[in-house]
Amino acid sequence: MTVRTPLTRRRFWTTRRRDQLTGYVFITPALLGSLAFVFLPLALVVWYSLHEWNVLADTFNFVGADNYRKLADDPNVPAVLRATAFFSIGLVVFNLALALLLAVLLNQKLRGTTFFRVLFFSPVVVSLLAWTIVWGFLLQDNGGLNGILNAIGIDGPNWLRSGGTAMISVVIVQVFKNVGLNMVLFLAALQGVPVSLQEAARVDGASPWRVFRSITLPMISPTILLTSIITVVGSLQVFAQISVLTQGGPGTSTTVLVYYLYQQAFQFHAFGYGSTLSILLFLIVLALTVLQWQMRKRWVFHEN
Amino acid sequence: MRRLLAGIATVALFGSLTACGGGDDAGSDGPITLRMTTWSANEAHVKLFDSIAAEYKTTHPDVTVKFDALPFENYTTTVTTQIAGGNAPDIAWILEGSAPDFVASGALAPLDDSIENAADLVPAATALWKSDGKLMAYPFSTSPFGVFVNTDMVKTLPAQWTWENAIAAASAAAKKTGKQGLVVRDFDYKDWTNLTSVFRGWGAEAWSADGKTCGFDQKPMVDAMTFLHKAIFTDKALPAPGVSADFFAGESAMTIAQISRASLLKEDGFGWTLVPLPAGPAGDYSVIGQGGLGVLKKGKNASAAAEFVKFFTNEANSAKLAQFFPPPRKSQLNAETLAKANPLLKPDQLQDVVIDGIADGVVKPSHTGSAEINQAVRAALDPLWKPDADVPAVLSGVCTAITPLLAK
Repeated sequence: MTVRTPLTRRRFWTTRRRDQLTGYVFITPALLGSLAFVFLPLALVVWYSLHEWNVLADTFNFVGADNYRKLADDPNVPAVLRATAFFSIGLVVFNLALALLLAVLLNQKLRGTTFFRVLFFSPVVVSLLAWTIVWGFLLQDNGGLNGILNAIGIDGPNWLRSGGTAMISVVIVQVFKNVGLNMVLFLAALQGVPVSLQEAARVDGASPWRVFRSITLPMISPTILLTSIITVVGSLQVFAQISVLTQGGPGTSTTVLVYYLYQQAFQFHAFGYGSTLSILLFLIVLALTVLQWQMRKRWVFHEN
Repeated sequence: MRRLLAGIATVALFGSLTACGGGDDAGSDGPITLRMTTWSANEAHVKLFDSIAAEYKTTHPDVTVKFDALPFENYTTTVTTQIAGGNAPDIAWILEGSAPDFVASGALAPLDDSIENAADLVPAATALWKSDGKLMAYPFSTSPFGVFVNTDMVKTLPAQWTWENAIAAASAAAKKTGKQGLVVRDFDYKDWTNLTSVFRGWGAEAWSADGKTCGFDQKPMVDAMTFLHKAIFTDKALPAPGVSADFFAGESAMTIAQISRASLLKEDGFGWTLVPLPAGPAGDYSVIGQGGLGVLKKGKNASAAAEFVKFFTNEANSAKLAQFFPPPRKSQLNAETLAKANPLLKPDQLQDVVIDGIADGVVKPSHTGSAEINQAVRAALDPLWKPDADVPAVLSGVCTAITPLLAK
């Protein structure tokens, strides 16, 4: 039989607990925000996808997996996924290649590089809609781009109205909009590459290309990973450009997944099916991000 | 997009919460603000609406009416999104294309008790807006399509006003001035429903009256579209795809538009006249575009809204609105009443285009699920807008695309 003296009883508010509480209090606002604006809506979208929801008729009926069966049978989905893949691959390849090229060029110690850095970065801060609308005018059949082409004797295509050029046009408009951001990230990474390593390689007789491939590229590979994830995720969410420039046409050649989702939910009033499509989008983004994250071990310098 | 959708879902959730809390306070006292969504931000229109609302306030001091002009291109989408978000307008304009969806959905409150002298309404004008014999929306605008002609660019119109001659005149004017010939307003190679004003001249229809059979692969439509294709790509009488031109800014010789567009003409601008649609191989015809006015059941003040609709559509206000929107009232469909409201138009123009047009006109195509059908037609018609298109093949492709949707 032992009697605990008051001195040995542990106080409830230990320093550790107090620290924990402080921590939780600090993260509460952010946590509440995430709950209300991210997790709850996500859960709701899953819930909606199990319903047939017609806003006009005010009907909200549980239909189980019907929307998912519809997704599997929807004859438009393969074309939509093809268009989405075409856009994403086009955007990622063009964007990263151009951003890296610009960053390498503008990393030289030459006069005027600051001017060009500003020039290429400025579209990033321009409003997306304004940017897209102006490009819409330039790409019209009688627009600015064909005017320039005409002046040098080339009969330009009807950029946004021909199946072959519409998607390429949308990709290029988007590449020029955001290439500056990746360029700046690459520039910062390039400036972090130790000059001593490059010099050592050069002393050993490596060509400039070899220095770039074997020293510079591996050193900036974490940034390549980062920019590729950002660009892939962003490319899957493209909407405004499609809505302004092509409305998914000609035919359905530029109807990417997000635009198709918008049509189903907001134009055809099928919110349930729209939610199902957004879950498909979520899974695709998730899978690609996980894949890229796993692949990093293979090629990102600091990871092995 | 995930974030966008999540945001919308949240808005919808909060919207429904507040809707539950708000309850039905329709009959309660206290100031009420009614919101009417429109697709016209035209200054003259807004001024007229505001003056009607101001007059209403003198007898109903508690009621303020706000007119919320939404962009025309996304009008129906915006309204349905607002309904989904628990922010339904009290009164909404409804485009004829989405009339069957709205009328059949049960989203609207019946208006039979909210229209003064309903017997005065022309049956042809209200047909689209009725469900089970009840008037679900009031067709405030029954506006025929006519051809506005810039008489500075086209000095004399062909004596025989047929499509052949109209296209020849448009083509000649375009060649001479370097501007555009004939613009089918708001078509822009996207909203094909505006082409009804052309293909009806061949007796063609998008689908049968019962809405079940596709009409695009029928001979009248093939003939009409073959003619139109030649007019665009051979005669260059219409702007090519991707070329924009605004008649009212003096950029084209002619335009097919509704007479409510006359308000866009400037008094000191170019010379102009208004003539009926040219005769087609099937003879004279006319096409009407309609706008309805409905009270949404989901609005917070549905009974006050119905009360305002009664005032907005009464004979006195209908006569004022006739300035821009031809009324559905028999008693007002005569050249005298219309001439008073339309000083820009001459009595014979009003008789030829408006009064005869409403009497004989067919309304632009509509169908339940029209947004999805229109989108399918637009996508399937896209291959037509190329110089080397195979017209019959493209049109039969349209039928392949929409037949399952028509059957829904």
